[in-house]
Amino acid sequence: MTIKISRIPNRPAAVVAVILFAVATITYWDASQMTVQATYGMSASAASYFVALLFAVLALGHIVSAFRPDEDESEAEGADWKAVGWIALALAGLIAAIWFGGGFILGSTLLFAFTARAFGRKALLKDICLGAVMSVLIFLLFNKLLTLALPLGPLERLF
Amino acid sequence: MDSLLYLFHGFSTAIEPANLIYAAVGVIIGTAVGVLPGIGPALTVALLLPVTFKLDPGGSIIMFAGIYYGGMYGGSTTAILLNTPGESASVVTALEGNKMARSGRGGPALATAAIGSFVAALIATIGLALLAPILVKIAVRFGPWDYFGLMLIAFVTVSATFGSSPLRGLTSLAFGLWLGLMGIDQLTGQARLTFGVPELLDGVEVTTLAVGLFAIGEALFVASRHLYKPEKPIPVKGSVWMTKEDWGRSWKPWLRGTIIGFPIGALPAGGAEIPTFLSYNIERKLSRKPEEFGTGAIEGVAGPEAANNASAAGTLVPLLTLGLPTSATAAVMLAGFQQYNIQPGPLLFVQHADLVWGLVASLFIANVMLLVLNLPLVGLWVRLLAIPLPWLYAGILVFASMGTVAANPSVVELLLLVAFGAVGFLMRKFDYPIAPAVVGLILGPLADSALRRSLQMSLGDPMILLQHPSSAVMIAVAVIALVAPFVFRGLSRFQQDED
Repeated sequence: MTIKISRIPNRPAAVVAVILFAVATITYWDASQMTVQATYGMSASAASYFVALLFAVLALGHIVSAFRPDEDESEAEGADWKAVGWIALALAGLIAAIWFGGGFILGSTLLFAFTARAFGRKALLKDICLGAVMSVLIFLLFNKLLTLALPLGPLERLF
Repeated sequence: MDSLLYLFHGFSTAIEPANLIYAAVGVIIGTAVGVLPGIGPALTVALLLPVTFKLDPGGSIIMFAGIYYGGMYGGSTTAILLNTPGESASVVTALEGNKMARSGRGGPALATAAIGSFVAALIATIGLALLAPILVKIAVRFGPWDYFGLMLIAFVTVSATFGSSPLRGLTSLAFGLWLGLMGIDQLTGQARLTFGVPELLDGVEVTTLAVGLFAIGEALFVASRHLYKPEKPIPVKGSVWMTKEDWGRSWKPWLRGTIIGFPIGALPAGGAEIPTFLSYNIERKLSRKPEEFGTGAIEGVAGPEAANNASAAGTLVPLLTLGLPTSATAAVMLAGFQQYNIQPGPLLFVQHADLVWGLVASLFIANVMLLVLNLPLVGLWVRLLAIPLPWLYAGILVFASMGTVAANPSVVELLLLVAFGAVGFLMRKFDYPIAPAVVGLILGPLADSALRRSLQMSLGDPMILLQHPSSAVMIAVAVIALVAPFVFRGLSRFQQDED
């Protein structure tokens, strides 16, 4: 099986084709669950069927281009997965902070500091302080002045 | 000459102190955003949408338009002084502008860009004021079938005709259409693709998608590629004023750039990139000193800069009169209108006449403000480039997530944002365009309802779309625009084989 895959000239296109087929199937299944029919014209499911068909056609197109060797030029540029990992950690920190009621300031501080780390900054402690100051300012500005409802945690309730 | 009367009335709205402040805030943010690498006007408007939710609709929309115009001005500064264009519309400006800056003529390059932008935006905004009422007169007669035809044209041109690969553009569009299906169907009350998640019943927020794809996707992409190597802007030496020769060589390219940029911006999917490339090529052919091209010819800055500003005004024509976004920024601005329950289209000029004409009038005012901001104060903006990029991107992400949770304080919304960010990263990595997805999400549900209303009126007969000549022509145009790139690509391959 692995030998077969490595023979496909443009592997990303093949992967996209599989994803597109999967989405098409899900959409088709979802549309088939919709029972209410319109008296005249199109029902709500028609658009879903159309999009499912579009996905299927695009998947076929990707399969064709996957077997066409001249189409992959943009490849071979590597990615720094460590940097991506730091941003993922930053976003996970934010989500965790809000999920467990840690509040906006804590979440944003983590997001700021870890993202700066992803972009090559080494002074994590300094960035945490800077992120905290910025988050407090944003919180005060938007929560108090513009009365937007930012998530509250123990820190925010002090204000 | 009704439109002149309306325009004067618009000026009386625009010079209200509150609206002047909105316009000023818009152009300042827009210029800053244009100068800073990594954030474009589309992302900025998307970031500000949730924040401005509770502000005055007229003022916010004036601010968004100011950001759009300002972004076009600011982008040229980065392109000339740094050779890393802030957004795609100023890629061409970097070609000659940066060469000029390197040879010590950065001042005149900035000046011709700023004055050219001013001239172009001025003429193009007049064009907008004159053309919009005419288009509105045609558009009020449009039936739902015509709107469906128009949206088909927009879908096809945004995704297939002008992209590098029609297949990738259409895939991006399909992603947006798919997201547009999610939520409760307006006509029958059934849930589509919600998978039992109650937060999805209201559908996917355009801002969440735009911020995820643009901000988080971009940050991930830049971090993964190490595209943030510090670069020092070239200091501006000498005067920013242009010599007599510079003026003589600039004014015609400004006018030609305007003439190219405005109509292309007004066309579906014309955007700002194509007119800048066209203008650059034309100026190179027409220049009296073609040998200077490649080493810093002032025409190569003047023309494209005029073209990109004119196209920004052109984009507003279909947006305001038909509710049809032709660029990513216009798509996000449409979402801004919708946030206040204002639907751009011919009725906008009837129901919200003071808002529309106030907007058009404040575009003139914003344009003057931008000239002041960008010529004498250009040094201030250059200092913005000293912000370390790690902090800049970290700040963007904080602001992006803040806007999302402020609009809808739920973890599901944040998870969606992160998921869209991941998708945006992969789309960038594998060279899929972003704009079609945003356009698909906004226009998809509108096209769905236009089609269904047509079919209800015809009692289910799909031939209604072809029986009306107007919609039949539009559908034909859409089909041709869809098929043409595949045919032309086949032709070029055929020619290559012959060689």
